[in-house]
Amino acid sequence: MSTRNAELIMAIGMLVFSLGLMWNIHSDGLVIGWMEERGPGSGLWPFWLSLGMALCSVWTMVRWFNGTTAESRDESPYMDPESLGLVVISFVLLTAMIFLVQYIGTYLSVALFLGAYMRFVGRHKWPQTLALMGGSIIFIYFLFEWQLAKYLPKGLPIFEDAFLWIDNYRWEYLM
Amino acid sequence: MTEVMTLLGNGLLQAFEPLNLFMIFAGCLAGLFIGAMPGLGSVNGVAILLPVTFLVPPTSAIIFLAALYYGAMYGGAVSSITLGIPGASTAVATVFDGRPMAQKGMADQALMAAAIASFIGGTVSIVLFTLFAPPLANLALKFGPQEEFALMILAFATFIGLGGDDIPKTIFSILLGLVMAAVGFDIISGKPRMIFFDLVEFQRGIGFLVLAIGIYGIGEMLWTLETTKGSVQVQNVKTTWARFFDNLTKIKSYIATTSLGSILGFFVGTLPAAGATPASLMSYGLAKTFSKDPDSFGKGNISGVAAPEAANNAASTGSMLPMITLGIPGSPTTAILLGGMIIWGLRPGPLLFSEQPDFVWGLIGSMYVANFVTVLLNLAMIPIFVRVLAMPFTILTPIIFILCFVGVFATTDRMFDVWLMIALGLGGYLLRKLNYPVAPAVLAIVLGPLAERSMRQSLIGSRGDATTFINPVEHPISLACIIVALLLMLYPVFVSMRKKRAATNA
Repeated sequence: MSTRNAELIMAIGMLVFSLGLMWNIHSDGLVIGWMEERGPGSGLWPFWLSLGMALCSVWTMVRWFNGTTAESRDESPYMDPESLGLVVISFVLLTAMIFLVQYIGTYLSVALFLGAYMRFVGRHKWPQTLALMGGSIIFIYFLFEWQLAKYLPKGLPIFEDAFLWIDNYRWEYLM
Repeated sequence: MTEVMTLLGNGLLQAFEPLNLFMIFAGCLAGLFIGAMPGLGSVNGVAILLPVTFLVPPTSAIIFLAALYYGAMYGGAVSSITLGIPGASTAVATVFDGRPMAQKGMADQALMAAAIASFIGGTVSIVLFTLFAPPLANLALKFGPQEEFALMILAFATFIGLGGDDIPKTIFSILLGLVMAAVGFDIISGKPRMIFFDLVEFQRGIGFLVLAIGIYGIGEMLWTLETTKGSVQVQNVKTTWARFFDNLTKIKSYIATTSLGSILGFFVGTLPAAGATPASLMSYGLAKTFSKDPDSFGKGNISGVAAPEAANNAASTGSMLPMITLGIPGSPTTAILLGGMIIWGLRPGPLLFSEQPDFVWGLIGSMYVANFVTVLLNLAMIPIFVRVLAMPFTILTPIIFILCFVGVFATTDRMFDVWLMIALGLGGYLLRKLNYPVAPAVLAIVLGPLAERSMRQSLIGSRGDATTFINPVEHPISLACIIVALLLMLYPVFVSMRKKRAATNA
């Protein structure tokens, strides 16, 4: 897809999104005007701002038709084909990491993500990869779980239990 | 004046407390590294590391983040000079002469000039900050909701008039941020609003940090991966003690332009849309105009490195001025700092000076100390930075992604927000590729709740009379702000009319 087409599609998408917001506010029955003795309705602010967004999208479309914006004259690809693969694989691995958190927990998914990225995208050697995988787990546990006392998701009960064991050890011997 | 000196003295004492001093060191160091990484700047560092600061009291937390902010301004020059890629947009102008100098084998000279100019810029602007902040805060104490709202309109108008981006796209970005801020329970009536797909998670609203980390963490990394294609070329830097002392003597050749750039940078930095990037470009232009040898600019003139670096550092301090005194951030980075202050339980604005003097003056004191620490660390560690820059993207990218994920989860305790961060990051990246500016949206989501509240309070107070904002008797400051805002919004129209006239005359 060319940048030129992408700009039009984005403007149309944003117009639909803005109209959707306005419809959402209207269908929730929020007052978009003045309420006697009570002041501005709770829908006033988001409704009229969404209308502004819709108008800006139309304005962008008009500028696209007139060829005013630099993007509307740009026939080069919207996504650089040379780096598209790198961007897509990075995003897919990131999404996979977040998806896996509910099953294998934060620590394992973070380590797997780092390992996969370094080994298969970066072609780093195993020792370096494994060191950073281990280091990341220790760093996150120490900083967030220990110092900030934040509970990070642990996934299925089996992984939860393993961390309970580590937590118990910490409370008994290290605190 | 004596009172200011006493308060400043107390602030300096606070900055020298062991924890705060450690925070200054850690912040400067983190900032130098983050700033030196191509594509990552102060805003990315502050957004990604904000969740970590809950470990320490608010004063130490803001000291750390503010130190990181200055550190990143210093660090940005490192990649501009050695890689030819600006470490952040604020260091774009440093590339113009920094890169040619590095190619001539004078990278060490350029790096030192950048560090010393940054120090001068930082020092001049902190003195200006100390002088201007208390009277401005005193004036702002008299502000009611009308004035607050008018000031926010003025802040947004600077993006339209001076942002230099596509106007409908800039307005769209501002409005999008304001609407996102309105998701969740209405602050006045308590009614739920815009609960998309009936997901209960939206009732808590869209946190500014989710948007900021999404855009400046995820979106920025995707952008950097695409533009650099994951590979960079580092220029060698030769450093010896003899060259170090020789370079010190070159200061006199750029001290004048640096001082001018520092003052310019401070004032440009206080404007929300302007900030460090245009300040450094303007300072570069000014240095070139006043130079005896303007033709040498762009070919490796040392003033061409020093002038923009002084200005971008001065601008970062300048952007703290409206944040601390008025509660209006002067840059995306300070917008995130402002959001952080709300999370820490502080109310940004003029009352900070009277209610939390320890916080404000501790921060100001830390600015003086951080400036010294950064220049020393920077000069001492130039060879190490150059090595760090050679760190492959295939290590940096997953680490940033992990920090974004864990940071958002640790702040909000919800996986929903992590998914939202990814979606917003991807959306921000796709919009940015089409020249939609993202900074206004981040500023708007921080200011959104305050802007809506002040507008509705004003209207309730005036019984629905919208002219309350422009009433010259009751609210002259509000009227003045709105007039300036209108002029700013019309400024691009004047410019295009003048261009058209010039084109028809030619």
